[in-house]
Amino acid sequence: MDVELIRLTKRYGGTAAVDGIDLKIRSGDYCCLLGPSGCGKTTTLRMIGGHETVTSGDVVIGPRAVGDAAPSERGTAMMFQSYALFPHLNCRDNVAFSLKMRGIGKAERRTKAMAMLDLVQMSHLAERLPAQLSGGQQQRVALARALVTGPKVLLLDEPLSALDPFLRVRMRTELKRIQKELGLTFIHVTHSQEEAMALSDLAVVMNGGRIEQAGTPRDVFERPASAFVAKFIGGHNIIALPGEAPIAVRADRMRLGAQAGAAARPARIVSVEYQGSTVHVGLEADGMSEAGPLTAILDDDAFAANPVALGETVPLGWDAEAAHRLSA
Amino acid sequence: MSDRPRGPAFYVLAAFFAGFVVFLYGPTLTILVLSFQGPQGGLTFPLNGVSTHWFSKLWAGVGVVDIWAALWRSLKLGLVVMVLTVVLAFFAGLAFRKHFRGEGALFTTAVASLIVPSIVVSLGIGLEFRLLDDAMKAAAAATGWGWLQDHGTLMGLYSSALGAHLTWTLPFGLLIMFAVFNRFSPAYEEAARDLGATGGQTLRHVVVPILAPSLVGVALFGFTLSFDELARTSQAIGGRNTLPLELQGLTTTVTTPEIYALGTLTTAMSLAVIGLALATGLWLEKRKAR
Repeated sequence: MDVELIRLTKRYGGTAAVDGIDLKIRSGDYCCLLGPSGCGKTTTLRMIGGHETVTSGDVVIGPRAVGDAAPSERGTAMMFQSYALFPHLNCRDNVAFSLKMRGIGKAERRTKAMAMLDLVQMSHLAERLPAQLSGGQQQRVALARALVTGPKVLLLDEPLSALDPFLRVRMRTELKRIQKELGLTFIHVTHSQEEAMALSDLAVVMNGGRIEQAGTPRDVFERPASAFVAKFIGGHNIIALPGEAPIAVRADRMRLGAQAGAAARPARIVSVEYQGSTVHVGLEADGMSEAGPLTAILDDDAFAANPVALGETVPLGWDAEAAHRLSA
Repeated sequence: MSDRPRGPAFYVLAAFFAGFVVFLYGPTLTILVLSFQGPQGGLTFPLNGVSTHWFSKLWAGVGVVDIWAALWRSLKLGLVVMVLTVVLAFFAGLAFRKHFRGEGALFTTAVASLIVPSIVVSLGIGLEFRLLDDAMKAAAAATGWGWLQDHGTLMGLYSSALGAHLTWTLPFGLLIMFAVFNRFSPAYEEAARDLGATGGQTLRHVVVPILAPSLVGVALFGFTLSFDELARTSQAIGGRNTLPLELQGLTTTVTTPEIYALGTLTTAMSLAVIGLALATGLWLEKRKAR
């Protein structure tokens, strides 16, 4: 189902946590709300799910504005950050909880719960208590519990942040698989740009209660709308030449030495970090950047062909078409 | 575990702890031993033989005082206090989590009663009930209703004594529930709501089962506080005494080890209550794991 936010606002006392945002999420899209902590992304998610009252504006899910409807009447389901699995119920009963609340008979709700546990490959541990499961397993159960209500929109609050990096990548793939398989709309809150890039059809970068940019991950990465987005999404240098509007240049489009071009400026190398397939070179150039050193990412063969060393001064430039003008 | 040799701090602390344990359980053990005093033995050591003589005497009754009736009264009152403490403290804890205007003042008022000397609270309750009795007598005289005339005093086990015990157990119950709810994540209730549970269903299927062990703890605490309570009850009991009050009376009149036998019995009863609570806790855990 489509989800649309219209002038959505949440105020706590005098401060606006979410400040009149507009957003349209198409049915079946994987949408990531991305931003630093305190940017309003979680509050937005909770307003969509009905766990936070709306100060003004509307949440429209499918054909109707949901207003103050209870969470279970919205066609949404939420997966909480800490999973919030009920510690006194085993996996099967956790998943069957919503069915029990609706008065569905024991046999039927158990069958349905087991089918859901199958989907997340957890049916073999159905009798276990949450405390007897690993983080990744708990997450699968929480996912099954949210999906068993048959939601059209799944809301995920930092679902991967409690997992170790290896598991995070695996569960990420899993989330995407289930989302595509069921054809649901997923709205996923994260502070990791890597996660948002990997998962989303629609990446929404938030800051200070507002949306800085919403678009496909490629859009956001290729054409960051603001210096904030360029910084937050990473992999960019923000260059402010005197008397010119600031531009963003992808770190892998920076050029050193002979390839630096006519407009090159001298820069001092302050760090060289070998990363395997690439080498990250940190550079300081007078009058180019206010926010610390610039980064150039070079292919390892390119670096090996023209190595540079710490402390050297080299010409620094970039491909002309890689310069992207920023609005602010 | 490190295999470094233990320093002097270990021995000092161990000795301190041993002293603490002796101080804590020594008196009870002394009473326990002396309650098995021989028939010719007195109130102090040495033991003059070993027998259950004083238990059988106790069973036959202690002079004019009906100790078993007092025990039964204390048990019943303890159970009523326990149930009320658990229910009221639980819902008060829930209410305080919602935050409301004047919550600080209300909490302070509720807990400050703990620092008022018990005997003063008791006297106050006694005086209050005297006022009520006077008012009732006046009403009886004014109306001439027979059923009012026959009423002696409003003071009693389930009025003034119950109130006196609740002034003691409720603040403690509330403090415990505060600590319990502090560690209780609201995410469980949000999840339940998200899954379509009503408020009542959330309480019944989520909050109470998760907090059950803590509620058993509050119940246990409420019962033992009530079962032991002396000072607050003393001026607010009315006609029939609780067990601790009878025991206090006996210490001045009974001069045989019978009183020790009684002490051993009441201690055993307290232990039985704790044992029962632990068993209930284990049973709940087992049921959870099933």
